[in-house]
Amino acid sequence: MDQEITTEQLKEVLLLVKARYGYDFSQYSEASIKRRLERFKKIARVSLPDLKYHLVNDSSFFFWLLESVTVNVTEMFRDPPFYKALVNAVIPLLQTYPRIKIWHAGCSTGEEAYSMAILLHEAGLLERTRIYATDINMANIEKAASGIITLERTKEYTANYHKAGGNADFSDYYSALYDNVVISKELKKNILFSQHNLVVDEVFNEFQLICCRNVMIYFNHALQAHVIDLFYRSLSPLGFLALGTKESLLFSDKTAKFEVIDNTNKIFRLKANG
Amino acid sequence: MADNRAEVIVIGGSSGSIPVAMEIINALPLSYLIPIVIVIHRLRNVASELAQVMSATHQIHEPEDKEPLQKGHIYLAPQNYHLLIESDKTFSMDYSEPVNHSRPSIDVTLMCAATVYKENAVGILLSGANKDGADGMDAIIRKGGRAIVQDPSCCQSPVMPQEALKKNSHIEIQNVVSLVNTLLLYSNK
Repeated sequence: MDQEITTEQLKEVLLLVKARYGYDFSQYSEASIKRRLERFKKIARVSLPDLKYHLVNDSSFFFWLLESVTVNVTEMFRDPPFYKALVNAVIPLLQTYPRIKIWHAGCSTGEEAYSMAILLHEAGLLERTRIYATDINMANIEKAASGIITLERTKEYTANYHKAGGNADFSDYYSALYDNVVISKELKKNILFSQHNLVVDEVFNEFQLICCRNVMIYFNHALQAHVIDLFYRSLSPLGFLALGTKESLLFSDKTAKFEVIDNTNKIFRLKANG
Repeated sequence: MADNRAEVIVIGGSSGSIPVAMEIINALPLSYLIPIVIVIHRLRNVASELAQVMSATHQIHEPEDKEPLQKGHIYLAPQNYHLLIESDKTFSMDYSEPVNHSRPSIDVTLMCAATVYKENAVGILLSGANKDGADGMDAIIRKGGRAIVQDPSCCQSPVMPQEALKKNSHIEIQNVVSLVNTLLLYSNK
């Protein structure tokens, strides 16, 4: 905190990361990534030259940095009104498809993908749905696939679930294990967790719904436009796109291809002639 | 110090700060040009109309991601995100861990304002019960800007201004009336 990283220093570190490991953060929002890097420097207790030295010479140091610099904070049923809107405006239309494919891009540790699985289960659709949940960070993917959540967070998740309109007993969806809970197998079996980097990786399937919430806030305009284009090419005709509550399609040339379904909860739909 | 031009005013506060922030905003003319960014600790995952109810006369709104800071606008940090300012003077958001148990954290926004606006940043810290804001006010001073706390003896919760004063002795102390006058002076430049 006491030693602020300058824009130039940040660029040097990011260039080094790109050259050595292939991860390109050059189009991330500067204020956020700078703050994350300053925080990591403090946690790792290294000077800037040492940080660069370790990055060059120690790949495990890089993966530690990657985990710390990308934001891996999430929760189940985050923004309950969004999930309510999904149940009312999106899920009834998904029902018309014999096979439902959903992509959670930037799923972090999986909490939102599991929330989606619960809603689909309650609508009787989970059996014919496949949720592809992806993240840039392999450590997140492993944690997500384990389905393990700390017990102390379930109280908040239960409250969120009910605020989102859920009527079932939330504890039916997990079993407690000491200080953790494990998400039930029924919810896990149709979710496929895998690594995907929105900056460089390509279209890998066609989806009726793509959720990418609070991921693009970390990107600059150019990268946001790139990712929206990737989603555009990954959606089936009349497919839905859900973003975070403060995100928009403003910086994309594909804006006109979408209609707004719910402006507060940021749910968009590809137009028929899109 | 007082003859500095101001390009942004960040007002932070927690418990007991909302009526004070409202009083300050409502005392400013509608033509007030300097962008104001209000960061107040709020509950998360509960619908909030705070931006609408804060002022009957002044328009206050929650910025969207990458929205540019504009003259004459009053912004309120949305619930559950840190509110950052990029070097091109646009807002960006961050959903990372709470800072000082707070998201939005006042420190985060103040530090960005200090980095981007340097001597043209004004930080104001109102009533509150934790130490969020202290590091940010310190950063404002160190970058040559101006930092003012609400007089702790007039605060419902004096901890927040007190913690900032402990951190940096160059922070000024003013009551609400003089805070308003200070801001009005900036508008005349």
